[in-house]
Amino acid sequence: MSSNSTASASAAKTRVPAAPHKQRSFMKSKRPAIPYLGWMLIFTIVPLVMVVYYAFTDSKGHFSLEAFENASVYSEVFLYSLLIALISTVICLVLAYPLAFSISRCSQRAQSTIVMFLMVPMWMNFLLRIYAWVLILQNYGPLDMILNFFGIDITLIGNSGAVIVGMVYEFLPFMILPLHTVMSKIDPSLIEAAQDLGCNRIGVFRKVIFPLSIPGIISGVTMVFVPTASTFLVAQYLGGTQFMIGDVIERVFQSDHHTGSAIAVVLMVVILGCLVFMNRFGDEEAVS
Amino acid sequence: MKQNAVVSLRDINFKYSNEVILNNISLDIFDKEFITLLGPSGCGKTTTLRIIAGFETPQSGEVYFEGKQINDLPPHKRNVNTVFQKYALFPHLNVFDNVAFGLKLKKLSKSEIERKVKQMLAIVDLKGYEKRPVRELSGGQQQRVAIARALVCDPKVVLLDEPLGALDLKLRKDMQIELKQLQQKTQKTFVYVTHDQEEALTMSDRVCVMNNGVIAQVGTPEDIYNEPANAFVADFIGEANIINGTMLEDCKVRLLGVELDCVDKGFEKNKPVDVVIRPEDIEVVAPDRAKLSGVVEDVIFKGVHFEISVRCNNCQWLIHSTVAQKVGDRIGMRVDPFNIHIMDKMFLNPTNDIFTEVYYSDKENNTTTFLLEGSEVTIPDVYYKEGTKLKIVLPPDALYIAGDGVGQLDEVYIESVIWKGEHNEIILESDERKWIMQSDIDEQVATYVPLCFDFSKAEISEVAADE
Repeated sequence: MSSNSTASASAAKTRVPAAPHKQRSFMKSKRPAIPYLGWMLIFTIVPLVMVVYYAFTDSKGHFSLEAFENASVYSEVFLYSLLIALISTVICLVLAYPLAFSISRCSQRAQSTIVMFLMVPMWMNFLLRIYAWVLILQNYGPLDMILNFFGIDITLIGNSGAVIVGMVYEFLPFMILPLHTVMSKIDPSLIEAAQDLGCNRIGVFRKVIFPLSIPGIISGVTMVFVPTASTFLVAQYLGGTQFMIGDVIERVFQSDHHTGSAIAVVLMVVILGCLVFMNRFGDEEAVS
Repeated sequence: MKQNAVVSLRDINFKYSNEVILNNISLDIFDKEFITLLGPSGCGKTTTLRIIAGFETPQSGEVYFEGKQINDLPPHKRNVNTVFQKYALFPHLNVFDNVAFGLKLKKLSKSEIERKVKQMLAIVDLKGYEKRPVRELSGGQQQRVAIARALVCDPKVVLLDEPLGALDLKLRKDMQIELKQLQQKTQKTFVYVTHDQEEALTMSDRVCVMNNGVIAQVGTPEDIYNEPANAFVADFIGEANIINGTMLEDCKVRLLGVELDCVDKGFEKNKPVDVVIRPEDIEVVAPDRAKLSGVVEDVIFKGVHFEISVRCNNCQWLIHSTVAQKVGDRIGMRVDPFNIHIMDKMFLNPTNDIFTEVYYSDKENNTTTFLLEGSEVTIPDVYYKEGTKLKIVLPPDALYIAGDGVGQLDEVYIESVIWKGEHNEIILESDERKWIMQSDIDEQVATYVPLCFDFSKAEISEVAADE
C-alpha cells in the first residue's frame, strides 16, 4: 500500500514539469473550437446546402431554374424590403452615432450603466415589443387620440413609416453597441494630439474620431441592415398589407420549398454583395 | 543675466476632485532653453506641462505666453506643440500624414508641406519611411515620428512628456543626446518632463525639481547636484548620505556625536539640521586620521567605482571610492568642509504635537478619548477628566502605518521618504496637518496609508485652562 502511494507520488512528480507545456499547447490548440464547428456543420452548412439544392431543382429533383422564375414575381417586394432596410439603417446610424460618441466620453462606470440601460428593451420578447408598437400606433390608440385632439387626422399604422419605426426600435441597440465599443477605444491622447497640432472641435471629429470609428460604422450597419432586410413579423403587424421579403419567404416556403429557397438564395447573395462592397469601401477610407 | 521669459507661470493652483495637485507654482521658462521638470510620480510635473499646453485650466493663477495671458486660450490656438508620453500617433495615418497633420491644418501648399515633412524626417533620421503605417514602426522610430510631428509645426515651445519612458536603456541614452542636439540645432525652447534624475542632469540647461505640488528647487544641473536646497532634492538627485545633525555655531556642525567643520553660516545656535554628504566626497583614510570611522559592511563593484557600505554608530554610510576595501575592516572617513552641505529640515518640529481637549473618558477601563480630524482616538491606560485640555507630544517613532489597513487616521498621504542612515524619515500629510514618522520600512511615496499612534511612547501633559 505504502509502496503504491509513493509510486504514484513519484509519478505525479515526474508529470509536474510537463504540465505547463501541456497547458501552452492547449492554449494554442484549435480543438476548443470543435463543438461550435460541429454545430455549424449540422445546423448551418447542411441547411444552407439544402436551401441551395431546393432553389436549383424542381419538384422531381431535376436541375431547374423554374423556382427563380416563380420568385421573380416578388421582385417588387424584394426592392421594397431593401429600401426599408436601407432607410432604417440610416436612421439607426444617425441616431446612434452621436449617442455612442457622448457615451464614450463618460466615465467608465457611467458607460457600463448606460450600456446596460440600452439593453433593457432587449430583455423583453421580440413579439411583445412589436405588439406594444401596435397598441401605441393603432387607430384610437394613445398616439392617435393625442393627434386627433390637436386636429391631426392621419393613420399611424399599416404603412411603411410604422414598419421603419418598428425596425429602428428593434435594431437600434445593435448599431449603438459596436459604435460605442470602437469609440471608447479611441485613445483620449489622440484627441489631445489633434488639438495640440491645431484642430478645433470640428477638425478633431473630422480628422481623428470619424476615421477611427469607421470599423464601428461598418459592423453596426452590417448588424442592422442584414436583419432588417430579412426579418419577418414586423411588417405583418405594423405594415398592413405591404409585406416584406422575410414574410414572403415564410408564406411561400410553407407551400413551395423550391420557390421559397430561391428567394432566400437571392436575398443572401444580394446582402453578401452589399457587405463586400461596404468592407471594401471601409478599407479604402481607413487607408487614405 | 536677464533673459526674456517665453512662458511664465504665476501662482498656479490646480485641484483635481479636491486633491491639490499644484500648490502655488510660479516658474519662468526662458527663450531657447532646455528646462526639465523633474520629480517623483504624483508631484505635479505632467499637470504643469498640460497647463502650458492648454489641456488643463488652473483654478487660480496666470499663464503667460510671451507676455500675454493665455489662461483661456484653447490648445489649438497656442504656439506650443507636445510630444506625448505614449507618442499618440494617429493609427489611421502613415508616417508622412502623421508628420504633415499640423501643416495641413495651417493651409500650406502641397509642395511646401512635402518639402517641410521630408526635411524634418531627414533630421530625425527617418528618410524613406514616409509611406509606412505607424504601427509597423519600432518604439524608437515612433518616438522620432512624434518628435518630428511636433517640431515640423515650428512652435515657439516644444513640450515633452516623458517621451523616452517606453524605450530600453541603450536607446534611451542615444535619444537623450539626440534630443539635446536637436534642441540646439533647432534653437527652440524645450520643456521636458521626467522622473529620471540622470536624464534631467544630462540634457537640461536648467532643472526644476518638483515634489508634492510645489517647486523644491530651480537651477542648473550643477547647482542642483552640488547645492541641493533641501534633503528631498539631495535624496532625489544622485545618491547622498543624509544625516540628522545640530548646528553648533557658524561653520561647525555636530553629527553622530562628532564635531565637524563646514562652510555654512547663518543658522541659529543648536538648530537641528539635515547634513548632506555625497558618497564620492568621502575620502577613505586610516581610522586614526579622521573624526568619523566605521566598519566596512559591503563592497559592490560598479564599473567606475566601488560602492562601499560602512556602519558607523548604527548609521549606514555610502562611499564611492576607486579603491576596494575589505569587508570587516575599520576605516576612517574624511570629508572636506566645503563638501558638507547643511540644510534646513523640511519638517521644522522634531516631534508631532497635538493640542486637544478630552472628548470623553472612561474611568473603569482607564481610557481617554479625544477627537482628531473628526474621528475619535482613544488613548489606553491614561485617564483625564472630560474637557481637560491636553498637550500630546508624539515622537517620530510613536507613529506607524497600520498593517491591517485600519488606522486611527485613514487616507494619510506619504509626502516624502528619506533614508537618514539609521531609518527612514517619512513626512505624511493628513487633512489638516503634517506628521513626521520614523520607520525602518521603505514606504511608497505618493500613496495613501492608514496611520496609527503608539501612545505608550507619547508624552501627555495637562495644559492650564487659561493658556
